[in-house]
Amino acid sequence: MRNLLRFLAKYHAVFLFVFLEVLSITMIVKYNNYQHVKFLNSSNRVTGGIYNGYWGVAQYFSLKELNNELAEENAKLRSELMREELSKIGNDAPQHDSLYRQNFFFITAKVINNSVNRAHNYILLNKGSRHGIKPDMGVVSSDGVVGVVTNVSKNYSTVISILNNRLKISAKIKRNNYFGSLTWDGGDYRKAELDEIPFHVDVAKGDTIVTSGYSAIFPEGLMLGTVSDYSLQGGSNFYKITVNLSVDFKNLVYVDVIQNKTRDEILKLESTDENDQ
Amino acid sequence: MINDILKYGIMYVVLVLVQVLLINNVQLGGIYSPFIYILFILLLPFDTPRYLLLILGFLLGLTIDIFSNTPGIHASATVFAAFLRPGVLMLISSRDNYEPGSAPRISTYGFEWFLKYAVILILAHNLFLFFAEAFTLHGLFHTLLKAIINSFLSIILIVLSQYLVFRK
Repeated sequence: MRNLLRFLAKYHAVFLFVFLEVLSITMIVKYNNYQHVKFLNSSNRVTGGIYNGYWGVAQYFSLKELNNELAEENAKLRSELMREELSKIGNDAPQHDSLYRQNFFFITAKVINNSVNRAHNYILLNKGSRHGIKPDMGVVSSDGVVGVVTNVSKNYSTVISILNNRLKISAKIKRNNYFGSLTWDGGDYRKAELDEIPFHVDVAKGDTIVTSGYSAIFPEGLMLGTVSDYSLQGGSNFYKITVNLSVDFKNLVYVDVIQNKTRDEILKLESTDENDQ
Repeated sequence: MINDILKYGIMYVVLVLVQVLLINNVQLGGIYSPFIYILFILLLPFDTPRYLLLILGFLLGLTIDIFSNTPGIHASATVFAAFLRPGVLMLISSRDNYEPGSAPRISTYGFEWFLKYAVILILAHNLFLFFAEAFTLHGLFHTLLKAIINSFLSIILIVLSQYLVFRK
């Protein structure tokens, strides 16, 4: 027993080292189930508060561009409103029909922390469960899709960005409706890859890539980007398509969180299908 | 003693804040951002017990992790650097012994000695960190290159900081 104690005392640093490394690596591996980590992330009160205070100062430096962006967006919305008014004159029948009920609602939030240079990038928003945000809601900016909400606290929420290889988004080519999945490869923050498009499909540079709407998270037709390059690897049945992302993740300030009113209904229906299989 | 605890406590907070609020927002070439917080481990006094080095390293890494949503990655790399520190100090000792009670400073032990010390530990820290991060991603060469370039930037920043902020 004395020998054992002496042995432990002599090599205590090595044991502690191994213990701490095992602890850290468990954390790294466990974090793959990113939904399960509830408190070790930046949406907790202390880190969220610090980032929020920092943002309070930093935002003054980008006020000018922000104003421009908002003015532009206002103009765009106003023009859409106009078009809507005009189309109403022709037929106003479906307006009060419950079948045409609006499914998607938007909650505007500010980005208070963001990164593009890691292998797994996350975004922190200044709104949380108090404002109606829940995990698995989609996040878009005025330019296109940004990511999906993962963790929510009372006042903050974290978003897994497209620039994170743990996120796959169901996407399609707008022109011919063939769908695949969009992932990021960890390199350039302006580019992502679209997989699972079979080789017989007609693809061209500049084709628009939009969300497919095959999930309860994003509605159909939200902008993701345009095809910048494509190739067919020898022997492969699928194209390797590089997509220019439409969102510039480096100057993200305001985003909209999408609330899907029929989400629970869709998930319930899908789960009955799974039971059948 | 109390003085030391206070001094290193302030250094800990300042380094963490500088890292997460300033340096993490400066991305050179789009993907590189130097890690300056490891300076805390570099500058601890010579007679810091090994277990304390490891525990402080773990806490420091974990703090950075919590701010950047990467649980475990910075923690594991910083513990690794803290584990190597006593060995590295032994390896590059310029005299027979370091003065007990003093700390590794560029002003006392000279530029060349400090550079050697910083290069070994920062390289170890960055290599461990990038491989821990890559875990499921990227080729070997890509990660290696990224780690080496990032170490280089960190070393420049840390050595400069010794002349600008930490001189006595």
